[in-house]
Amino acid sequence: MDAERARLTWACRRGMLELDLLLEGFMERGYDALPEAQRPAFERLLETGDQQLLGLLLGHEEPDEKEFIPVIAAIRAST
Amino acid sequence: MSINRRKFDALVIGAGGGGLRAGLHLAREGVHTAVVSKVFPTRSHTVAAQGGINAALANMVPDNWHWHMFDTVKGSDYLGDQDAIEYMCKVAPKIVYELEHFGVPFSRTEKGKIYQRPFGGQSQNFGGDQAARTCAAADRTGHAMLHSLYQQNIAANTHFFDEYFAIDLLRDDDGHVTGALVIEIETGEPLVIEAKATLLATGGCGQMYKTNTNAHVNTGDGMAMALRAGIPLQDMEFFQFHPTGIAGRGLLLTEGCRGEGGYLVNKDGERFMERYAPNAKDLASRDVVSRAIYTEVKEGRGCGPDGDHVHLKLSHLGADVIMKRLPGIRDTCMTFLHKDPITDLIPIYPTAHYVMGGIPTNRAGEVVSVGKRKGTEAVVPGLYAAGECACVSVHGANRLGGNSLLDIVVFGRAAAENMIEYVRANPAHRDLPEKSLEQVEGRLARWEQTGEGPSVLDLRNELKTAMETYCGVYRDQETLATGIEKVAEIVERIKDVRLKDQSKVYNTSRIEALELENLADIAMATVTSAHARQESRGAHSRVDFPERDDANWMQHTLYLREGRKLAYKPVRTQPLTVESFPPKKRTY
Repeated sequence: MDAERARLTWACRRGMLELDLLLEGFMERGYDALPEAQRPAFERLLETGDQQLLGLLLGHEEPDEKEFIPVIAAIRAST
Repeated sequence: MSINRRKFDALVIGAGGGGLRAGLHLAREGVHTAVVSKVFPTRSHTVAAQGGINAALANMVPDNWHWHMFDTVKGSDYLGDQDAIEYMCKVAPKIVYELEHFGVPFSRTEKGKIYQRPFGGQSQNFGGDQAARTCAAADRTGHAMLHSLYQQNIAANTHFFDEYFAIDLLRDDDGHVTGALVIEIETGEPLVIEAKATLLATGGCGQMYKTNTNAHVNTGDGMAMALRAGIPLQDMEFFQFHPTGIAGRGLLLTEGCRGEGGYLVNKDGERFMERYAPNAKDLASRDVVSRAIYTEVKEGRGCGPDGDHVHLKLSHLGADVIMKRLPGIRDTCMTFLHKDPITDLIPIYPTAHYVMGGIPTNRAGEVVSVGKRKGTEAVVPGLYAAGECACVSVHGANRLGGNSLLDIVVFGRAAAENMIEYVRANPAHRDLPEKSLEQVEGRLARWEQTGEGPSVLDLRNELKTAMETYCGVYRDQETLATGIEKVAEIVERIKDVRLKDQSKVYNTSRIEALELENLADIAMATVTSAHARQESRGAHSRVDFPERDDANWMQHTLYLREGRKLAYKPVRTQPLTVESFPPKKRTY
C-alpha cells in the first residue's frame, strides 16, 4: 500500500462505527475511482468532526463546501 | 537498536473522555503530562455516546445521590462495589458542573437549568417513581464532552502524541510501572515514554465480537497491556448485548423499533418470539430476545444464504408511522443496507455493546492486582486505569444508561488526583527497566519475521466469529468449553502469522496485527471467566444456571494471563457513609 493511501486509511479510523463502515468501505471500493481533482476535497472532509461528518454523510446536514457534494455522493455509493 | 526516550511526570494512554479528563487535571496542576492516542483525540469512541450523563441534580423531579446509588447497585445485580458507587454518585453533580464550566453545552429547561431526561433503571426514593437524572447536550453529549475537554487540554499545555500506538507497559523488578513503549504510526519508529505515573484509558474491546456496535478502534489495547504486565482482568464475563443489531454490520437499531410494533421473523416468516415469550413476545427483556435469535439461527431457521440472522419486520406499520416515528432507523437501513423498512425485511443479529469488566482498580483509580493472601488486593505502584478499560467496579454485572459517561469523567479525574499526589511524593524517575524493555522490543521484532502464514484478517474474523458463537448471548458449560478450545487454538495460530507489508510509514497492517494479539488475549480472558461462573447475573446469562447464586458467586472474577488462571475476590458491599444495600431479586 502506498504511504499516502495508508495515511488516509488511518484517518478513516473514527470514533463511530457508522463512520468506519462508510469511510473504510470507501477506501476499499471507491477511492481509486475518485477523480484526482476531488481528492483534496476528500481530505478536507476528513478534517470534519465525527458527529458533523456523520450528519453530512447521512444527508442530514448541508455541506458548506460545494466540493464536498460529489465526494459525499461517492462515499455513499460505495457503501 | 537505540530507541528514542522522552520523560514526563505523567503518561496517559488513550484520549477519550477518561484520558482527557485526567490529562486536563494533571496539566492544570503543573504536572508535565503526555497523552498518547492511536487516532486523533476527538476521534475517540466517546464521541459516539449520545445518551448523556447521570447526576442527581433534581432539576426536573426530586432526586438525590443516595437514590442514584441504589439504582446503580441494583442495576449492577449487586456485583458493583458499593464504596466506589457511593463515591461516584455523590460526586456526580460536581462533575457535571465542572463539565459545564469546561464548555459542554448542556440542554436547558425553560428556567435555564440543566435539562434532565428520564432513562431506564432510574428511580426516586429507592425503587419508587421514575427519576429524570440524565443530563445531555442534545444527542451529542459524548461529542461535546470530548471536544470541550480536548480544547481545555490544549489550553493547559498537555503534550499530545497523536497517532502513536502503545505497545506495552514497562515494569521494573519491584513491580513499579515506569512508562510504556509506543510507536509513531506515521514513521513506524518506536519511542520509550518514561513516566512516574501511567494511566490506562484505552476504552472498550467490542471488536472481539463479530457483530458489535463499537468503533473499529475498540480493540482493548490497554486491557491486553495490563494482562501482559502480569495484571489480572476483572469480571470480563459481563458484556452487554443489544438484541437488535444490523446483521453483519453491528449497528444498533434502538428498542423503539419493537416498541412501535415491529417484530422478528425467521426464514419461514414465523413470528418466533411467540414461542419464547408468549406474553411479552418481541418486547421481552433483552437477554430473552437475544437468546431466541441465537436459537433460531442455531436450529437452522435463520435467514439469508448462510442462515446466520433473523429478520425485523416493520413494513406492516405503514410508511407514515415509519417516517414519522422511526426516521433514524429508516435512514440507517437505507444507507448501510440499501433496504427500506417500509417495504423490506431488515437482517438482525444481537450486537455486542459494552464491557463491564476490565483492569481492576480501587476508587482512587489505582490499579490493584492479586494480593499475596487469598482474596486480597495489592496496588500496582505507578499504574492507574479509568473508563471502559477499567473495572472499579461501579457497573458490576450490568451498566445503567447514562452511567458510562459519568464513570469515565469521575474516575479519570480521581485517578489524576491520585497521580498528582504520587508524582509529588515520588519526584524522581525510576531507572528504565532494561529487561522489561527487551521483552517489549521482542514482541515488536517478532512482526519483522517474513515468510508464509495465516493472515491477520482471516484470524481476526475467526476469533470474532468464535466469540460470537461460543461466548455471546447463549452460554452453557459445553458451549463455553468449546469456546475456550477455539480461542486457544487461534491464539496458537497467531504465532504463525507473518506480515507481507514490512514498510515503516503508516504500516496499518502491523497495527492491525498488534490489535489482533490484544483482542485474542482479551477474548481468552472473557471466555475463561464466563466458563467458570456457574450462575446468571446481570449480563452474564447461563441457560444451565439460570438463577443468581449469591451464596457462591457474589465475588469478582480475576483472570491472569500466565497459566490462564482464575482468582476471586469479594464484592465490596460496605459503602463509605451509608448502609449497605443487601442483594434482592432484581425486578423492574
